Amino acid sequence: MKYKLLYFASLAYRAGRAEELRDTKARNPRELYTETARDHGFTFAADRIRVAVNGALVGWDHALADGDEVVFLPPVSGG
Amino acid sequence: MNRFTLSDTPIDADAEKRPLAHVAAGGCVTFEGWVRNHNEAREVQRLDYQAYGALAQAEGEAILAEACTRFELRAARCVHRVGSLAIGDMAVWVGTSADHRGAAFDACRWIIDEVKRRVPIWKNEHYADGESGWLHP
Repeated sequence: MKYKLLYFASLAYRAGRAEELRDTKARNPRELYTETARDHGFTFAADRIRVAVNGALVGWDHALADGDEVVFLPPVSGG
Repeated sequence: MNRFTLSDTPIDADAEKRPLAHVAAGGCVTFEGWVRNHNEAREVQRLDYQAYGALAQAEGEAILAEACTRFELRAARCVHRVGSLAIGDMAVWVGTSADHRGAAFDACRWIIDEVKRRVPIWKNEHYADGESGWLHP
């Protein structure tokens, strides 16, 4: 399936891009994070990351659909 | 009117405060977060804020809605800057109004703490030595 990934902050810096279209066998955010972390050298453990799909927070085992927009959110630092 | 706003232009605190007014309110509490020139013993020259806009907006609104159920408020609002900011610039503004001061103080503190904990906004600090880094506490 194909997903659109958006990257922010240090994840965008590491990946060298703010977004990516990815064709993959990953079916949930857990599998997708493992794959992208390997490809881009992300060092955050999954328990420090939150996941959003199509603009809403979801769990790591959320079933992804073709065309979903997926965002891995590193710890936030607003304020 | 949105209660939570992301802004790429300077925050007008007086304008933000006006909608807090209510005939039953006995007072308001506002908090301004400013860009300071140091963090963890390093000299900071400026910083950039980046947000995941759609989710930041939704999370910010959810926090303000929750504040209005947790505390006896008449109004609650928040604005957070995105983009490049200089030392002394206002990065975030929170305002609450209530019939009595206790709820307004407590809610204002609770809102800024929740914004810092939950809203997908990230800070990139630019240091005097030329380095920069995204903060992920």
